[in-house]
Formats: sequence, C-alpha cells, structure tokens
Amino acid sequence: MTDIREVSVNELRHLVSDRALTGETMLLNMGPQHPSTHGVLRLLLELDGEIVVNMIPDIGFLHTGVEKTCESKNYMQSEVLTDRLDYLNPMGNNMVYCMAIEKLAELDVPERAQALRVILVELQRISSHLLWLGTSGLDVGAMSTFLYCMREREVILDIFEMVSGQRMMTTYIRPGGLWRDVPAEFEPAVRSFIDYMPAKIRTYEDLLKKNELFMDRSQGIGVISGEDCLRYGLSGPVARASGLNHDLRKKQPYFGYENYDFDIPVHTTGDVYARYRVRVEEMTQSLRIIEQALNRLPGGPVRSNNRKYVPPPRSELGTSMEALIHHFKLWTEGFSPPVGHVYAVSESPRGELGVYMESDGSPKPFRVHFVTPSFVNLQALPLMCRGLFIADVVAIIGSIDIVLGDADR
Amino acid sequence: MGIEQKAGDLGVVTTTLEKAVNWGRTNSMWPILFGLACCAIEMMGAQASNNDLSRFGMELNRASPRQSDLMFVAGRVSRKMAPVVRRLYDQMPAPKWVIAIGDCASCGGVFNNYAILQGVDEIIPVNVYIAGCPPRPEAIIHGVLTLHENVRKERIKDWA
Repeated sequence: MTDIREVSVNELRHLVSDRALTGETMLLNMGPQHPSTHGVLRLLLELDGEIVVNMIPDIGFLHTGVEKTCESKNYMQSEVLTDRLDYLNPMGNNMVYCMAIEKLAELDVPERAQALRVILVELQRISSHLLWLGTSGLDVGAMSTFLYCMREREVILDIFEMVSGQRMMTTYIRPGGLWRDVPAEFEPAVRSFIDYMPAKIRTYEDLLKKNELFMDRSQGIGVISGEDCLRYGLSGPVARASGLNHDLRKKQPYFGYENYDFDIPVHTTGDVYARYRVRVEEMTQSLRIIEQALNRLPGGPVRSNNRKYVPPPRSELGTSMEALIHHFKLWTEGFSPPVGHVYAVSESPRGELGVYMESDGSPKPFRVHFVTPSFVNLQALPLMCRGLFIADVVAIIGSIDIVLGDADR
Repeated sequence: MGIEQKAGDLGVVTTTLEKAVNWGRTNSMWPILFGLACCAIEMMGAQASNNDLSRFGMELNRASPRQSDLMFVAGRVSRKMAPVVRRLYDQMPAPKWVIAIGDCASCGGVFNNYAILQGVDEIIPVNVYIAGCPPRPEAIIHGVLTLHENVRKERIKDWA
C-alpha cells in the first residue's frame, strides 16, 4: 500500500462552518453504505437540527483505475473496461470510445452500423432512465414504480442479450462498426417493444405525475438555476430541467442524429420534479428515434472494410492469406492508430460523456481520459442541498442520477 | 379462536433441533442492502418482478448490518472501500454468511490493477462465489440456493 498522508484537524477546518466547532451544529456521516446514495457515495453533512447547513461529498470509493489500466492494454482490450465505467450505459460508453478511435484513425462506419448504434444507444437510454425512475421512486417511498420499471427493463436487456450474448456488459459496438450483424429476430423484438412501451410510460405517469406525496417531496426541492448549471458545467437532464436547451444529439449530431425528428424536453423550474419530467419525456422521444431508425434501417455491412483496424470475417480466413495475416496481427498485437490526440463526445443518459485519447503510434493508448457526467453533476449537490431538510437530500441525490462507477472511474 | 381451529388436526411433527433451526435460518435470511457496482444492478434485477428472489424468503433487505444475516458483495471492492466492507461485516451479528457476486468480488475480474482488491476474500470469509460479469439474476438465485443448501447441512456442534 502507498503511504497514507495524515491530515490535521486544522487543515480540514475550512470545510465546515464555525458553528460546527462550537458544537452548535452536528456533523453526520451519510454513507458509503446507505440505501439511498445509489452506490458508494459518502456525504459529510453539517446539520442544524434537520436542516442541512453544508455538505461535503467524499467520492472515490469505487475508484477502479480504468484509465491507467487502459494504458497497459491494447485498444480492443481497453474497450471491455469502458463497459464497466457507467454500468447503466455500457452501449453508450462503447460508442463514445469507438468514436474516439474512429476519429483518430479516420475509420469509416457503414450506414447500417450507424443506424443500429443509434437504436441500441437509445434503448440503453430508456433502460437507464427506467432504472433511475424505479430507484429514485423507491427513495421517496414509491415502491410500485420500481417493480414496474424493472419489468420493462428486462425486455431491453433481453434484446441486448439477443444481439450480443450479454445482458449488461455487451462490448457490442466495436471500432469501425459493430461486432456482428443483428439477428433476424432483432427487428420484430424492437418493434414489439416500441409498441408496448408508450402504454407503460403512461402507467408510470399515472403513478407519479399527479401523486400528491411525490409532488410534495419533489416540487421546489433541490432548485438550481440555469446560470448555476452553466457555472458548474452541468449537462444532461439536470441542465435541461433548469431551462438550458443543450443536447449534443442536436447541437453536435453524430451517427445521423440530425436526420431524425425528435424534440428535446426542456423544463424551467430546475427542481427534482422538473428532472423527473425531463427524463420521462426523454423516454418517449427515444422511442420516436428508435422507430424512425428502424423504418429506414439500411442494408449492407455493419463493419468497415479497413482491414488494418477491423478483423476480416471468419469465412475469409480459409481462403485468403491476406485475411489470415490481418487476423493474426489484430488478435496478437492489435491495431496502431497514427500519432495524435482526439476528443470525442456524446450525450449519455446522464449528460455529456467524452473521451480524450492520445496515441503515440503504438498498439496501446498513451492516455485515455473519460469526461464523465456523473462526476461533473455531483459537484452541484451541496449547492442544491443547502438549507433543505435531510430527507430532501435523498430525493436530490436520486434526481441527479449519479452512477458512482462513472464518477470515480 | 385458537390455532387448532384454524389449522385443523396437524398431528405431531417430530424433527431434530438442527433441522428446525436450519429451516428457520434458510427461509428468512435477510441480506444487507448494500451494492457496490454493476453486479448490484443485477442483484436488484434478481429481487425485482421478473425473477423475484422473495420466493425463497430473501426479499427483505435490511439497511443496517445489525439486522442482517447475509452480505452480498455485489461488485468491485476498491482499496478505499475495503475497510468499510470489513467494518460492515464485523457489525453483522452471527450467524452470518457472505456471497461474492461476480468476477470482481470473487477474484478481481478484469481489473488487475492498483485500485481493486483481487477478490473480497482477502478481507472477509466468503461462503459462495458466483461467476459472471455480471452474473445473470438466475445465477444469483442459484448462488443463494447453494448457500441455503450449505446452511441446511450445518451441524449443531459447529455453531459454538
């Protein structure tokens, strides 16, 4: 183990108010094992009775060292680790990682792969929002939403299992396209899901939208203004609930998002209820995108033909010497993108998810850095919680939808 | 109205103390409400509608370690988290059991690096390991049932 630095009380004194030193306010430790912290987040609360005077979030309990581990693996092996960053959005993580490689290597992505990526990432967005809706409903005491949301989530996970063989950690989106084409059952399965889902979303709305108890716990709670969102660099549904119309799928479209007709739900009150509204409305918009993408799903290959980066199909190995060489090179050494650095960014269910990648021309990335929305959005938590009751802290943590794997990396 | 009218003539059931205690322990085993990473999501999946772990008396998650019998270590344990996990385990009253869900909790999984404990058995004893990254809810249920089977075999002379 590395040496642990001892910190004196005087060095930490600035974190709490003077009243804490006289014993007028109480310091309370919340987490890392707490049912409503959505993972392993520790919050040090300074309380005046039940009112939160200040809050100091302590993160890093799920620090996994993904960025450092990427440097010792080749580009294809590192992709497996990206699944496990934001474990509610594995498809989106794979996609943005591949976007960075594709930008670095100027790799083409076939049209069919682009459309399928959009479908899969939007399905992932719905499944992430479903889990968010279930667990944050659970935080404020709405048990039934959790049971309904997990039921619908299973349908999406079944689709992922059908295409990739894994329910959660799919690694299905690969540099230059997809791992393989989707099976014939994929389209009917997704179609039946988009037929079935709108009625389910209405059910959730019936449970929560006009629910007196839920509205009491969420309206006017955890308000953050649009200016503060900009100041803190917040993104995703948190920023959109505060009136900022910022969505990278519109502002900086990738994989043909500009061709789909969809709206960005924006609310202006900036409270927990507005964030709930934004996410539920986003699910409906995602269904619209999936339907359009399915309707004009082009045929053709799903992987690029650039054999320096994309392994040849299995069938070519028996007949083509060149294919065999490429296959051998790719699976023993990996590919080596040109020297350079890129930044690729996408809209994850939680906000802006970016990858900075630096290549020194070797098969292993020189540096990979993930810019993750949970980490950025978590900064604003003390600002949202100050002056509110301790019970509201639970609702607010739920509403910013943090995933600690994403924040700690 | 006594129990006799409600239940009818039950007769007499004879069993051993061992069997009666183990029956009670397996059918109301309370896990601690504690998730670490990805596997916690599948653990929730195992307890939610489709898979419904409450069929085996396992639905009541306790938020406090003082009230729980079973710890699911669901996900990767970082070096920063390890003392916390150990402390939670120490706070649980005996008899207590541990299930390591997934590859990371079992052996470090894909993360062989400075930050992740190479298996939670470095700090606490583990009864059942469940393979998978993350394991399916069915695998988690299988792990739980394996633990139940082992608990049923426990002998009175080993309890002390």
